[in-house]
Amino acid sequence: MTDFYSGFWGVYIAVIVIASLIWLAYLLKSQTVLKLKKGETAEVLHHKWDEDLQEFNNPLPAWWVGLFILTIVFAVGYLIFYPGLVVFGNVWNWTSTGQYQKEVAKADDKYGPLYNKFINLPIPEVAKSAEARDMGKRLFGTYCIQCHGVDARGAKGFPNLTDADWLYGGEPAKIEKTIAAGRHGAMPAFGAAFGEEKIKDVANFVIKLSGRPHNELRAARGEATFKQVCAACHTPAGTGNQDVGAPNLTDKIWLYGGSEATIIETVTNGRNNVMPAWKEFLGDGKVHVLAGYVYSLSHSETK
Amino acid sequence: MDNQATYNYKVVRQFALMTVVWGIVGMLLGVLIASQLVWPDLNFGPYFHFGRLRALHTSGVIFAFGGCGLIATSYYVVQRTCNVRLISDKLAAFTFWGYQAVIVACVITYPLGITFNKEYAEMEWPIKILLAIVWVAYAIVFFGTIAKRKVKHIYVANWFYGAFILAVTLLHVVNSAFIPVTMWKSYSAYAGAVDAMVQWWYGHNAVGFFLTAGFLGMMYYFVPKQAGRPIYSYRLSVVHFWALSFTYMWAGPHHLHYTALPDWTQSLGMVFSVILLAPSWGGMINGIMTLSGAWHKLRTDPILKFLITALSFYGMSTFEGPMMAIKTVNALSHYTDWTVGHVHSGALGWVAMITIGSMYYLIPRLFNRDQMHSVKLIEVHFWMATLGTVLYISSMWIAGVTQGLMWRAVNPDGTLTYAFIDAVKATHPYYFVRALGGLCFLGGMVLMLYNVLRTVTEGKAVDARIPAVAAHA
Repeated sequence: MTDFYSGFWGVYIAVIVIASLIWLAYLLKSQTVLKLKKGETAEVLHHKWDEDLQEFNNPLPAWWVGLFILTIVFAVGYLIFYPGLVVFGNVWNWTSTGQYQKEVAKADDKYGPLYNKFINLPIPEVAKSAEARDMGKRLFGTYCIQCHGVDARGAKGFPNLTDADWLYGGEPAKIEKTIAAGRHGAMPAFGAAFGEEKIKDVANFVIKLSGRPHNELRAARGEATFKQVCAACHTPAGTGNQDVGAPNLTDKIWLYGGSEATIIETVTNGRNNVMPAWKEFLGDGKVHVLAGYVYSLSHSETK
Repeated sequence: MDNQATYNYKVVRQFALMTVVWGIVGMLLGVLIASQLVWPDLNFGPYFHFGRLRALHTSGVIFAFGGCGLIATSYYVVQRTCNVRLISDKLAAFTFWGYQAVIVACVITYPLGITFNKEYAEMEWPIKILLAIVWVAYAIVFFGTIAKRKVKHIYVANWFYGAFILAVTLLHVVNSAFIPVTMWKSYSAYAGAVDAMVQWWYGHNAVGFFLTAGFLGMMYYFVPKQAGRPIYSYRLSVVHFWALSFTYMWAGPHHLHYTALPDWTQSLGMVFSVILLAPSWGGMINGIMTLSGAWHKLRTDPILKFLITALSFYGMSTFEGPMMAIKTVNALSHYTDWTVGHVHSGALGWVAMITIGSMYYLIPRLFNRDQMHSVKLIEVHFWMATLGTVLYISSMWIAGVTQGLMWRAVNPDGTLTYAFIDAVKATHPYYFVRALGGLCFLGGMVLMLYNVLRTVTEGKAVDARIPAVAAHA
């Protein structure tokens, strides 16, 4: 009854449903009294419309009536076992949530040990096991490719996992933590605080950091702002800080793109990015195997 | 000639011709979006993107093509079976121009991205209000004419048209409840699971009362007329009419199996969908058995072929529907192209074919001719339509079942065997076959347009005289 704020609605629905079923049964009964004897043909009713439209009064086909009754009987049975009328309770306490949980528990029992056997193996060793790598790859194909891509090379906003560049660190424990607990990367928006000119200056300094052609004058002005504000996360040298997930700006790897326009967009509006946490959903065993696979992607010696 | 001595055929003619026109527009859009799924490069800019044109296609074929066909035939049937002219020519004319205005407004706003977030009800609130007004006017004309009838009994076709008009009023008003934000933006008045349930209560009853009851009304007039035989069973029509009207109202939740909808609602939706099987088949039996004693006519009469094939597809899709509503089957079929195939076995096989057959009967009579310009072309159209439908639904069945099976396939370690993109790749060839089927169906409609234009230009728009009512009627 928890689906309703008031018990009235349970009764209301039960009354309408039962009345409907009785009405259908009555309708059938009231119209099946007519039966033709062998060789007898149905009468044509006397009404006539539009010059020649008429109606026979054939009885209802018996097989059709049977089919109708069968579906009504099925309905009553189903409504009892998979409660459609909550006012009458729940004979064997079936719920779809319960059914789901049972199926998940069954699957966990069946598949859990396959993954859990790796749990005490260090991640670099997991990465060396061909069996674990294959399983990890299939997990990756189920849960990770939507963002990171089939080849794990990522996309705009989603990191490439095959290079040696890491936002939060590529050590085994860090990778496992990223998968298990997820990450929330936030770059604040400076559009209002800096204004257009200042942002353009900063952008040119950021381009300079990665050693690419830039406007020298703007970069010089931008350096001051960078050291004052941006350095808090990205460090004065611009090499980033993996503890807060602040990217290294001196390499040529860009999460959202390194063009002047994109950098301006990033500084102006900020960025907000989420890697979901998988521990609850996948469990420790799968997360561990997955971490081994991700580790292997950037460590060719494991293959 | 005294106005009251003739039937109002003018409004019927207008709606009938627009049925053919909107049919071609709607199906052309269908072929276009089907092609976009085969060749994604065909998505040109935001205005002609799949996401916007898809809504225009569904609304175009259901409400523009189907709607004009239903209104045309209902105006024709209600006059002829009541032996009386429509109660008001002006109001009837208003329903025509109003309804066309609604359609044109949708054609303009949908590609611009001005839409309400409900499937099959994407029109924004000003258009919704106009449609509600037009629909009430339609109801007044229809029921007013019934009230003025010269014969005592109301013919069965009018029961179905009447149920269709009443139910659609209710559906449109309740589901459209909106909160306007600006002139061209509004939000649903419902939230969460309730909103979803209201939407599918609307959505499935649009199938039940618009696409089923309305077209059964059409069937009950044009099948016996074209076959020249009495309806098979009055009793059967009574039972399946009331059973259908009662049961459809409950079936909506089967669109929301395995969602946040409460268990009890899903259970009720499922059992009433299963119960729907017999009432639906009642209509099919009554239509097809009407032909008993005249089966030979099927060999030579392409109009009858359209009508009877339509009933066969109706029977097939109303068997498939209850099966797909069973949760175990739904777990496989839901979200796949099987659903799309199912819908089109109803839409092309049943709705379009019964409409096309009825139009081939109706249009020459509206222009004072015995038959269409070319009966041979009707025959060609019939085979193109049948082939198109079969290509469409069989390709979507295979595609849908393939998708369902691929999505649920698991490896020995419990991971998914296929990534989503694998199923997309596997579906690609079937998308091509589907587009081909659609093209074939559209080609038939182009033949129809030609045939209709020839018939119209060779004929003369004459309103038939109202005959005296036979004494025993």
